[in-house]
Amino acid sequence: MKEISILIGGKAGDGIRQAGHTLARLLNRIGYRIFFYDDYPSLIRGGHNFSIIRASKKKIQAHKEKVDLIVALNQDAVDKHRHRLNSGGIILYDSEKVEAQGVGVDFVGIVKELEGVPIMRNTAAIGALAGILDIEWSVLEGVIKDTIEKEVDLNIKIAQSAYNSIEKVWLSVPKLNQKMLPLISGNEAIALGAVQAGLNMYIAYPMTPASAILHYLAEHEDDLGVVTIHPESEIGVALMALGAAYAGAKAMVGTSGGGFALMTEALSLSGQGEFPIVFVMVQRPGPSTGVPTYTMQSDLSFAINSGHGEFLKVVLAPGNVEEAFYLTGLAMNLAWKFQIPCFVLSDKHLSESIFSFDADPDKVKPEDPLLWDGQGEYKRYLDTQNGISPLAFPGNSEAIVKVTSYEHDEYGITTEESEQIVRMQQKRLRKKKTIEDELSKHEQVKVYGNLESKTVLLCWGSTKGACIEVAEELGLKVVQPLVLEPLPINSLKKVLSDADKIIDVEVNATGQLAKLLSAHGICIDDMILRFDGRPFTVDFLLEKVKEVLS
Amino acid sequence: MTTVKELGTYAQNTWCPGCGNFGILNSIKKVLSDLQDQGLDLNKLVLASGIGCHAKIVDYVKVNSFYSIHGRVPPPITGIKLANPDLVVIGHAGDGDAYGEGIEHLIFSAKRNINVTFIVHNNRVYGLTTGQFTPTSPAGFIGRSTPRGSPEEPLNPIELMLSAGAGFVARGFAGKPKHLQLLIKAGIEHQGFAFIDVLQPCFTFYNTYDFYNQKVYELTDGEYDSSDREAAFARAGEWAYGEGERIPIGIFYKVRRPTYDEKLLKGRIPVKLKPGNIRSILEKHI
Repeated sequence: MKEISILIGGKAGDGIRQAGHTLARLLNRIGYRIFFYDDYPSLIRGGHNFSIIRASKKKIQAHKEKVDLIVALNQDAVDKHRHRLNSGGIILYDSEKVEAQGVGVDFVGIVKELEGVPIMRNTAAIGALAGILDIEWSVLEGVIKDTIEKEVDLNIKIAQSAYNSIEKVWLSVPKLNQKMLPLISGNEAIALGAVQAGLNMYIAYPMTPASAILHYLAEHEDDLGVVTIHPESEIGVALMALGAAYAGAKAMVGTSGGGFALMTEALSLSGQGEFPIVFVMVQRPGPSTGVPTYTMQSDLSFAINSGHGEFLKVVLAPGNVEEAFYLTGLAMNLAWKFQIPCFVLSDKHLSESIFSFDADPDKVKPEDPLLWDGQGEYKRYLDTQNGISPLAFPGNSEAIVKVTSYEHDEYGITTEESEQIVRMQQKRLRKKKTIEDELSKHEQVKVYGNLESKTVLLCWGSTKGACIEVAEELGLKVVQPLVLEPLPINSLKKVLSDADKIIDVEVNATGQLAKLLSAHGICIDDMILRFDGRPFTVDFLLEKVKEVLS
Repeated sequence: MTTVKELGTYAQNTWCPGCGNFGILNSIKKVLSDLQDQGLDLNKLVLASGIGCHAKIVDYVKVNSFYSIHGRVPPPITGIKLANPDLVVIGHAGDGDAYGEGIEHLIFSAKRNINVTFIVHNNRVYGLTTGQFTPTSPAGFIGRSTPRGSPEEPLNPIELMLSAGAGFVARGFAGKPKHLQLLIKAGIEHQGFAFIDVLQPCFTFYNTYDFYNQKVYELTDGEYDSSDREAAFARAGEWAYGEGERIPIGIFYKVRRPTYDEKLLKGRIPVKLKPGNIRSILEKHI
């Protein structure tokens, strides 16, 4: 077996995501690479939730519409997803609550008999599933012990009872001889990348789908050496972070589009005052409240054009957990090296999906910013050859550190003199050359698939996973810029120079990357856009690309 | 030691002659100089301001400073204090800043009890934008945006701060600098959020010198118990920022409570924190 896809569905409150986690860990522990997609509406109880867990021998970063197995905790899970079953696929269902053809197990009865609570039906489901997949009991027992916090023994009993009720192996998933990898979400990768680059303070107001960064860092504050703060609003968040940065703390903030809209005045202040700060922006469908728990790539233009006035920023767009980890570390280091705002542009699909994480943590290290040498009188905005002024912080030197939202002289005192205005704007913008030189040391554009192909799938962010698999299937080339501002236009032109047909693939309604590249003279031939809040799956995109090519 | 004069900068002062801001500037410089004599390291001091006439104060004092944007003084000073709790942080704001654009931040500063001092230059008019009504202008105030008179009642910031849980609530008058210096010094020495509303005449757009000179009186120790919250509300209600006969100035309320920085940081100093080991965390994800 090369791969298997399993859908677990139920209503909100059934513990679907938790069951999906346990299943993902189970398959991870027998050597599979995992991609875990979580689909849930914006509510706490009721509605319909489902997770798709895809496990494969090779590394994957997307899921498929079609599945091999459906685990149904309610009738909706069968009725809404039956069409997804591959031929020979199986439905495992709670025979007490669901009518279906397949393997019925009385999850309700098992939980009742062992005096569990109703949510433990999800444990029974995983137990039965492990039986169907012929996974050794000890592996499941180990996962339950490591992942379930409450009533471990009871959960083990319930899982075992369900496991033993399966009398026949339906779909054997053999153990693979591969090392196990950590399973982390995009949000967790962002958090860990920032920590590796020296994050001191994470400040955020809850907003889906970025909240998990705050939750994760708050939970692990002591282990990670980070202070987390949840202030009154996104306006408070961003301004607090600038205060922290001024005092010398490496600070990061995170939100989605609506929250970031409130942060834009602080963004411009970071431009004028040259504050190092990292903004994590996890996109979801807009405009406005939009569709809060689904995915979209519609804030690319907003991110790169955000803030009033003219100032430099860097926008990085990771497409998987390794990139989320490395690029967040890079954003943190660039912010401090150049004293500019840097962005990590993610989306719900990257941030809340779970991947097998195969990165080297030591590749991200805190890099020292340019610090004042203590000689002479300190000038916060010293006009230097490359525009970068040495940093000093209040309280730990003889420096008097004056920062300001006004145009200012080298000391940081307000000015309205024409020569000074021009001089300081030129000083700040002069950093562009050094930033571009620094970025050129890093991989800015990735290329996958058949490198000889003259047909290119152009994508950014979380769309890459589906694009790569489709390209491999059809023999096409994939081009993915990691840096969106300043756009690495020469690198892009180089990898696109011999393309006959560029097909832009984006999860938005207007093709924002296509527009951006067109403005730089790169002609896009076709666009495949999806904007129903759902990400591209491999099989869905394959059909769309075939249509374009036919 | 830095003298009051040496605390000045080369920036040209652009306040109108007679501006109430001078009383506040001179007071803060005097207090800083005195505190330095008593051992305060001025390198550890940070002044912040918002936007408006008041905000120029940071250009005029030769200390660390954060010249923020309109309404947004409390968040950066909270961030500064939390990043490095060894710093002594004083925020200045105008009444438009503190009670208009940024009122959410002010209320939360009091609610949290962040250990900073917050001085509002309350001239009850927008000066730098040339004379519009503010949240503390009296009802019927005729300004450029309300030529037929403001339709709003003024906000009483003393009552607001008492309700929000501030542990140090005071009111001063820029025309009584000696008294104001005592308030600012007490505010800086107070452990917790210290709020000082300073009545500050705007010589050009709302000259209230005579009005205040006739009506202010000082709350004095012995006659007034500043630990009594009920009494504080009663005095706060004596003048509602409109007409009125008697305007109390002084410390309305003072109580020591655990501060936000103490509770949140528990002794940690973020600027000195070393990142933890992520490998051991990652192992838990297998």
